[in-house]
Amino acid sequence: MKNLNGYYGQWGGAFIPEVLHETFRQLKDFYDKARQDPAFWQEYADLMATYSCRPTPLTAADNLSRHFGGARIFIKREDLNHTGAHKANNVMGQGLLVKRMGKGRVIAETGAGQHGVATATMAAKFGFKCTIYMGEEDVMRQRPNVFWMEKLGAEVIPVTTGSKTLKDAINAAFRDWVTNMDNTHYCLGTACGPHPFPEMVAWFQSIIGLEAREQIERQFGKPPARVYACVGGGSNALGIFQGFLDLPAVELVGVEAGGEGLESGRHAARLASRDGSPGVAQGYKTMFLQDDDGQMRTTHSVAAGLDYVGVSPILTDLWEQGRVRFASATDSEVMAALELTMLNEGIIPALESSHAFVQAFKEAGDMSPDEAVIINMSGRGDKDIFTIANAFKDPSWQQFIINKGKEYEAER
Amino acid sequence: MKLSDEIAQAAADKDILLMTHIVLGYPSFETNKEVIAQMVANGVDLIEMQIPFSEPMADGPVIIKANQDSLLDGTRLNDCLNFARQMTETHAIPFLFMTYYNILFKYGIESFCRRALETGIRGFIVPDLPPEEGADYLKYTRQYGLAPIQIFAPTSTPERMRFLAEAGGGFIYCVARRGVTGTQTTFDEEFNNYIAQCRASTDMPLAVGFGISNRDDVQSLVGKADIAVIGSETIRLVDRQGAAAVGPFIAGLR
Repeated sequence: MKNLNGYYGQWGGAFIPEVLHETFRQLKDFYDKARQDPAFWQEYADLMATYSCRPTPLTAADNLSRHFGGARIFIKREDLNHTGAHKANNVMGQGLLVKRMGKGRVIAETGAGQHGVATATMAAKFGFKCTIYMGEEDVMRQRPNVFWMEKLGAEVIPVTTGSKTLKDAINAAFRDWVTNMDNTHYCLGTACGPHPFPEMVAWFQSIIGLEAREQIERQFGKPPARVYACVGGGSNALGIFQGFLDLPAVELVGVEAGGEGLESGRHAARLASRDGSPGVAQGYKTMFLQDDDGQMRTTHSVAAGLDYVGVSPILTDLWEQGRVRFASATDSEVMAALELTMLNEGIIPALESSHAFVQAFKEAGDMSPDEAVIINMSGRGDKDIFTIANAFKDPSWQQFIINKGKEYEAER
Repeated sequence: MKLSDEIAQAAADKDILLMTHIVLGYPSFETNKEVIAQMVANGVDLIEMQIPFSEPMADGPVIIKANQDSLLDGTRLNDCLNFARQMTETHAIPFLFMTYYNILFKYGIESFCRRALETGIRGFIVPDLPPEEGADYLKYTRQYGLAPIQIFAPTSTPERMRFLAEAGGGFIYCVARRGVTGTQTTFDEEFNNYIAQCRASTDMPLAVGFGISNRDDVQSLVGKADIAVIGSETIRLVDRQGAAAVGPFIAGLR
């Protein structure tokens, strides 16, 4: 994933205000040097091994494999990263870069809060000041993550503009950056945005694919037939796909949020639906969900981390080339796949990751037992108990919350 | 006449020119019309009309809200283009479009330029389109005689300024400080050095914007810049006191 001018086919670029030109020049400079310095990657790998449980295991999901009676199913366990998701890979890598740049403050956007918690964690470890921008709606929905960000020493600023969700948090973070670029690094959470972010984030996430390639060859004796990953911005998918891009026989499958169904219009499928079209926003060119005037539309998904209007320009290029196939999973399919995985494997994928499970489950039964599939489990679901219990509409959980609310009310 | 020549000519009889800004469809096209009439009657020299966009990344809170409310009210690009035509037919001063690149990109850059020319628009300000990404934009604005106004920032190096000026037309929009639109700017020594650098980098007229909100601000630019840009302040004024307050405000700036 190396591209000098920041374009992948016709996608990508750096559509940035002039005031950030120098900041980006400096960032590109430090990033290019780090990328050429083997000691940097070694420092990164050591940090991830001692701080974040890397390499994460590749788990053979034998019960699920038997259940579907087809391909052998393996799960790449990014949920076992520190802070519970693949987000830590990117954040710790950018943290090391911030140290090299000599800046003392990091800012980040967050949707569901995973990237915010990961960034706050990194800032605490490295001694940076930290501000997290989060849509007001997301602050309301994801209080537990806001709680942890604040406890980790970050300032969380609710964003009240636009749709008050992820894309608005990104705009707000850029506005902070254009004011404070001298001492501040914007730790963008996914492989989107202006060059060099897509390439840089994909590079840090490539650690997933490097490990998975080695692990599947050791545990299964050969590469998998297919690799599945959910796609919001696209960083976990690019992370694992990069381990197999050089093997044309390995089919790479990205799964987007089908929300209430593609025909409902309430989804976030930029590539798997017919609703996406080329556009330029948030500093880069990709397929966006937008109207005929070029105004971004509101998106919907049960998984906040997939609920975004754009998608990594690197993935859009791989899609256009036919190298990555795109599918979508609806909210209700996601809940069913999550339940099945919990009951059969004792593993609790995040709602985002469960999208990848849906597509693998649809296909595994038609494949042969001498084929393997890998599902990238980008994050764990148990820490999102409020979101998941709510999505299951669990009555005893609801009663617990009501009782807890009464208790707090009585104490006031 | 070329926009830059027209500006130079207008600047000959005045200490400093005034450019004002409105967000199309906010609070309504009716109000836009009244505000523009007041601006022109009170001597405004150029007006930038912002076509609202859902992701105005370079703008501050006042203009973000105006973009958002205009779109919520149902403003479509075609409404903006039709309104712009009415304005250019009614008033003799130059009008510009300010917007984000996706609006042009989605419409088709050449088609947008052709349509803007038919509409009587003289140039564009597109804050998220650096010249490196704007080959088609620069080609078609030239072809249709529209000014592709470029932006200088306090972080721009002298080499960068010369590069931007080379690509630009009409005038240079000098962002007075870091940050977004709509907060106060201080005109200190650092600012003076910056403006001197801008001046040394181009023969085009210089407009200074971001945080210019009163007579003192405008006066402090006399002799340094050719155009003072009033942005968020008139939106605030219309929000608080209505369109009728704009005339006296503008009249009091010079």
